[in-house]
Amino acid sequence: MKSKLIAAAASALTLCSGTLGTAALAGAHMSDVKVGMITTLSGGGAGLGIDVRDGFMLAVKLADTGHIEVVIEDDQRKPDIAVQLADKMIQSEKVDLLTGIIWSNLAMAVVPSATAQGKFYLSPNAGPSALAGKGCHKNYFNVAWQNDNMHEAAGAYANSAGYKNSFILAPNYPAGHDSLTGYKRHYTGALAGELFTQLGQKDYAAELAQIRASGADSVFFFLPGGMGISFLKQYADSGIDLPVIGPAFSFDQGILQAVGDAALGVVNTSQWNKDIDNAANKTFVEAFQAEYGRLPSLYASQGYDTANLLISAMAKADIHDQDAFRAALEEADFESVRGDFAFAPNHHPIQDIYVREVIKEGDVYTNKIIGVALEDHQDVYGADCKM
Amino acid sequence: MTFVLFAEQVLNGVQLGVMLFLMASGLTLVFGVMGLINLAHGSLYMVGAFAAAGVAAATGSFLLALCAALAAAAAAGAIVEMLVIRRLYARDHLDQVLATFALILIFSEGTRWVFGSFPLYLNVPAYLAGPVTLPGGIQYPLYRLFLIVVGLAIAGGLYLMIARTRLGIQIRAGEADREMIAALGVDISRLYTIVFALGAALAGLAGALVGTIQSVQVGMGEPVLILAFVVIVIGGIGSIKGALVGALLVGLTDTLGGVLLPRIFATFMDNSGATSAGSAVASMLIYLLMAAVLFLRPRGLFGGAA
Repeated sequence: MKSKLIAAAASALTLCSGTLGTAALAGAHMSDVKVGMITTLSGGGAGLGIDVRDGFMLAVKLADTGHIEVVIEDDQRKPDIAVQLADKMIQSEKVDLLTGIIWSNLAMAVVPSATAQGKFYLSPNAGPSALAGKGCHKNYFNVAWQNDNMHEAAGAYANSAGYKNSFILAPNYPAGHDSLTGYKRHYTGALAGELFTQLGQKDYAAELAQIRASGADSVFFFLPGGMGISFLKQYADSGIDLPVIGPAFSFDQGILQAVGDAALGVVNTSQWNKDIDNAANKTFVEAFQAEYGRLPSLYASQGYDTANLLISAMAKADIHDQDAFRAALEEADFESVRGDFAFAPNHHPIQDIYVREVIKEGDVYTNKIIGVALEDHQDVYGADCKM
Repeated sequence: MTFVLFAEQVLNGVQLGVMLFLMASGLTLVFGVMGLINLAHGSLYMVGAFAAAGVAAATGSFLLALCAALAAAAAAGAIVEMLVIRRLYARDHLDQVLATFALILIFSEGTRWVFGSFPLYLNVPAYLAGPVTLPGGIQYPLYRLFLIVVGLAIAGGLYLMIARTRLGIQIRAGEADREMIAALGVDISRLYTIVFALGAALAGLAGALVGTIQSVQVGMGEPVLILAFVVIVIGGIGSIKGALVGALLVGLTDTLGGVLLPRIFATFMDNSGATSAGSAVASMLIYLLMAAVLFLRPRGLFGGAA
């Protein structure tokens, strides 16, 4: 597995160096950057890591600077392995910048020590509250979202849709607690019930029976990956007919095909969708399909934006002049596929969060935007951040 | 809590129990007859689910998909038994655990290699979809009733096979005394392959049946495997009857505990804390049950007296 990855990275590199001649003029003032990407490429959550990697490498290929070298390693979704990989990348590979981690618990294990060792870290996915607030760092940038954002947007949407009595559920782990807290932060109605399920749970018969008996008028759930697939299929089969809201994590391009008709019409919140109308997004969606033969997911869009942020900063500053490079990153002077994008003082995004609905286009299940839940939204933890 | 809600949760517990039985019966047979700890049993569950998803996508027939799950898992089981497992019978349990753990990794990466990293689509066929109304006004999904019926039918069939058929006699004899039945002229290596393939087929069927309402993805078998081990430890290793009773006990404890404990905690805590603490304790409940059973009956409920 590992040798295959290194081979993939190496072939991407030869692709870069092969075009070095033509790119030499354009990138004459650029200095080289070595990127260490630690992401999940095997095991249950591999689809997310593969999308982030593919999005990132697509941007690197399209920009064709010839100055970016990427070392890719698989963390297998295990914090201990992620820490070992980070140590190896910093000490023996001598990377300048790290990126790629999907899961918040892995980010918490890697990011503080990497930034303390003077490396930059650009997060393409995980946004734990600790790193947005008290644990923020001048070299840590989150290009995706803070974990609470999409749940807050779901709460705001529930208000505007007129829901007064939501049943809410999430797995019993830190991101699950953040999720329900985020929903309740903006949601003003009553709660018909609040449940924590087991992490990794696949059977929701007991929860569905309680939803049926609760008298709720809507259901909000945060069940990422396979948990969400199971929940939605069983929900559709239970005969319960309440509207469902969730964050984009259970409705991304990778898993919608596995849910099928059960997801149709479900409303979910996301900072990105393939139909956001701007030139950067159009290029991205077309190039991604041409390169990989599938529709991009929000994870792929985040990987793509992360690489473009890096490239925009490289055009302005040498990464070895850390202060100048940091200032260049803070400007976020790149064409984000989600439209307007800026960093708040705690280096987390200020961005619109959209409301999407699951639809079927031909044979493919996908999302379309039906509104904006929160405009120029920023997380609440920035106040605790002292850089 | 109303009677209807309680009855629905009991049905849910029974449904979880019979599906666990399909997993646990193969595990317990293999351990009872061959003395082998097979960690790769969860991979056979995954093989069944992927075979079913593949065939359902190609043919659109749910019945064919279930047959494919049985056949693919049995074939995978037989091949693995002949290539790998056969060399492990004489080794100690640590070697068996190491080798079958390696099989998990091989199966997982192999499945990813063939089917890709994204979950597959497999859904309830139209004739089993939707809820039905049971006596007492209980709305219950038809597919889950189907699971209960299939699970109980297989339990009955397995009982008849072991109690009444020649193969059953050989399996029971194999559990009692391996050397002796070999000495009596039974082809022991053929018997082992058959038992292993039978256990694999049951696991594959469970994977296909459960994958239909859950998600078909790499690594789906391992969480179920852990529960299946709890079941056979509670029921007594090697006992089919124990596997059935243990599976139903675990299914009911897990389901009812998850529903009732947060309510009990809510009588003396605030709601948010009660759901969090209640579900945390509920997730430990089956392990507490296992510990209690082991304390009172160290060989499990139906374990041998030796």
